[in-house]
Amino acid sequence: MADGLSLAIKDLHAFYGDSHVLHGVTLDVAAGEAVTIVGRNGAGKTTTLRSIMGMLERRFGSVRIGDQEVIAAPPERVARLGVAFVPEERGIYATLNVIENLMLPRKINERGMSVDELYKLFPNLRERANSPGTRLSGGEQQMLAIARVLRTGASLFLLDEPTEGLAPVIVQQIGRAIELMKREGHTILLVEQNFRFATRIADRHYVMERGRIIDMIPRAEVANRSVQLQQYLGI
Amino acid sequence: MSVESAHATEVRWAQWRYVDYALYALGLAALLIAPFFLYPLFLAKVLCYGLFACAFNLLLGSAGLLSFGHAAFFGAAAYVAGHALKVWQLPFEAAALLGTVAATALGLVFGAVSIRRQGLYFAMITLALAQMIYFMAFQLPFTHAEDGLTAVPRGLILGLFDLNNLYVLYYTVAAIFVAAYLLIVRITHSTFGQILRAIRENQQRMISLGYRVNDFKLTAFILSAGLAGLAGATKTMVVQLASTVDVHWATSGDVILMALLGGVGTLFGPVVGGVIVEMLQFYLADSGLPIQVVIGAIFVFCILLFRRGIVGELQRLRGR
Amino acid sequence: MSSQVLFGQLLVGLINGAFYALLSLGFAIIFGLLGIINVAQGTFYMIGAFGAWMMLNYAGIGYWPALVLSPLMTGIVGMALEKTLISRMYRLDHIYGLLLTYGLMMFIMGTFIFFYATAGHAYPVPDELQGGYNLGFMFLPKYRAWAVLVSIIICISTWYVIEKTSVGRNLRAATENPMLTRAFGINVPALLTFGFGVGVALAGLAGVLAAPIYTVGPLMGGELVIVVFAIVVVGGMQSILGAIVTGLSLGVLEGLTKTIYPKGANMVIFVVMFIVLLIKPAGLFGQEK
Repeated sequence: MADGLSLAIKDLHAFYGDSHVLHGVTLDVAAGEAVTIVGRNGAGKTTTLRSIMGMLERRFGSVRIGDQEVIAAPPERVARLGVAFVPEERGIYATLNVIENLMLPRKINERGMSVDELYKLFPNLRERANSPGTRLSGGEQQMLAIARVLRTGASLFLLDEPTEGLAPVIVQQIGRAIELMKREGHTILLVEQNFRFATRIADRHYVMERGRIIDMIPRAEVANRSVQLQQYLGI
Repeated sequence: MSVESAHATEVRWAQWRYVDYALYALGLAALLIAPFFLYPLFLAKVLCYGLFACAFNLLLGSAGLLSFGHAAFFGAAAYVAGHALKVWQLPFEAAALLGTVAATALGLVFGAVSIRRQGLYFAMITLALAQMIYFMAFQLPFTHAEDGLTAVPRGLILGLFDLNNLYVLYYTVAAIFVAAYLLIVRITHSTFGQILRAIRENQQRMISLGYRVNDFKLTAFILSAGLAGLAGATKTMVVQLASTVDVHWATSGDVILMALLGGVGTLFGPVVGGVIVEMLQFYLADSGLPIQVVIGAIFVFCILLFRRGIVGELQRLRGR
Repeated sequence: MSSQVLFGQLLVGLINGAFYALLSLGFAIIFGLLGIINVAQGTFYMIGAFGAWMMLNYAGIGYWPALVLSPLMTGIVGMALEKTLISRMYRLDHIYGLLLTYGLMMFIMGTFIFFYATAGHAYPVPDELQGGYNLGFMFLPKYRAWAVLVSIIICISTWYVIEKTSVGRNLRAATENPMLTRAFGINVPALLTFGFGVGVALAGLAGVLAAPIYTVGPLMGGELVIVVFAIVVVGGMQSILGAIVTGLSLGVLEGLTKTIYPKGANMVIFVVMFIVLLIKPAGLFGQEK
């Protein structure tokens, strides 16, 4: 049941103020696929996700979500097409409690998970429902950041370093949540430094360096090209 | 934004030096012969407000601090100088000095309290503090409330020349103006000025470099207050009046408009702005049009379309 | 001093405090949401009062409809200004927003002065609220009690909407992180326009309530915003509750000072601000950011 949206980026240029950050990024994610962007810090991975979401002022090129061109669309329009964003810093609101954080993202359709289902997936959140958002631990915040977009019925998920700084037990939980997204047929674009996690999830890996896509490695070739990969990631 | 042009100003300073010298020579010449073509009293008054605007701009252009209560310093000095001239019968030099000292002291007190907050909070606090001074102007006995200090005598300058002679008056004010303006130029281009601008650009960085940023900001505030006071004290001598208008928030607003219209962050801009605003007030005084409409309209226009101000735009056209 | 005078003065203080609270609440909402210092907040107060007066004198619309219509109109005017002018300020240094609203204040005030001169116009107390209650220790005019009651109810309702409803939740999210909130599908620009409208409508409401108490004129509200500045500096602008409580308290304090030391009454709020800045610069309800 591939109801996921497809994503097609062609020659995307993006600027932070006067700083030219993305230099013609081109990548595709087919409906229902899970793809990662890997690369060193500062390569432009987060910027790419934010550009898709419309969060950067100056962007040029083409970003197609499904059959819609969104290069000039404001973030709220991109979101309403069915795109969900889980930022690197998690973006949990301090002035909202957990339930409010959970309910904030606008529902796109009725196909999202219900609050009960989300509590089953992430039991910790039920206990902390009325705490202010930032009183949660890092892992709980990450769970909340993922849970709230699962509620909306989105079908293209942009995930920025979901496992960063988290304990292995939590990473497993998050892995299970993402597997669930895959089973539902959603499309996933993942930025991830933890390469083991990335290879478990993704069908293909784009390598990014200095604002450009320099390589693409399908899952099957990862083992053969592991040395090259390590070079790319600067490990 | 014209504040950036002040940055560029320094870099290109060397190249344009000769053009600038010529312009300044021209300006000085104009200053010297002006009273023979235009009414000297009006010119002297304009110079006072021009100095007031320059003092304000020292704080905003270099330190990036918007004081919305500068009238407090201008007006406090106006009252002190007026009292010194009228009641204590002191010569003008002493009265001007006392006024300036009073404004400087007030600047120290207000500055110490307002510097603690940043940006917009700072602006609001300065306005609120100035409002206190405004209320005090109605309560304190020596200010004579709504009447103000009227018929303030001018006395002699240097013990010799009668300031009631409009030419003596004008050249005295012009001398004060030039001296203060040169001081502001000196401060702006000094290391102190550079540090202030660096703080304005990136305060966090300057703190991590070990600079005591609040001390720098406070010093700039006090300097600005003192110079505004000098302008106010001189104004009292010129128009022979110190009143609650001098400490009213609209006067604070006027001086902001002067700097904005002329060009925040430029050196000469506030003078241009001061001339224009004073002329506007003069010509609109008898018309049926309330001055607030014009001031408000110019403000909105400048903010939307003309943020660099007149001198700022000219500098940009020159490629600075 | 007789208790009549004391409680009379306290009542005036309470009324002023109620208006300060409404104005400061609107001001704090605008600042929190838009990052703009609305120097024209007092002008919208004046517009609200004038709206009621105009409705009565030009259209025969009485107090009760005006109580709803005038703030609504004020809000609409505010939203139009936000959409056309104020929203252009968001990309710039915050100072320009302050200067723009200052310019707007001057322009609007000047326009009203042009048409109506500076004198005040009377606005009658509605018949249903004429007279008062004799409480023994003081005489409580019905209208004044009504004005305070409505102000407090509106303040609490606004607080409730912001803290407990989904609209309020969206507003708070947009205040904290506008870009991310947009990424969640919420139309933040529209929310900002709406928020500005609400902020100035609150001022307009205070104006309508004030009309029968103070005469309606272009100069009303001109200096009121400076008191609002002091209130939000004291209360700490992050807190909606802080703005309300501080507004009310300082109004009462002002009234109290009028009985003890009348000359200092209009200065006491600023003196409090001065002291708070010395002791707790972030404000009483504020946190150091």
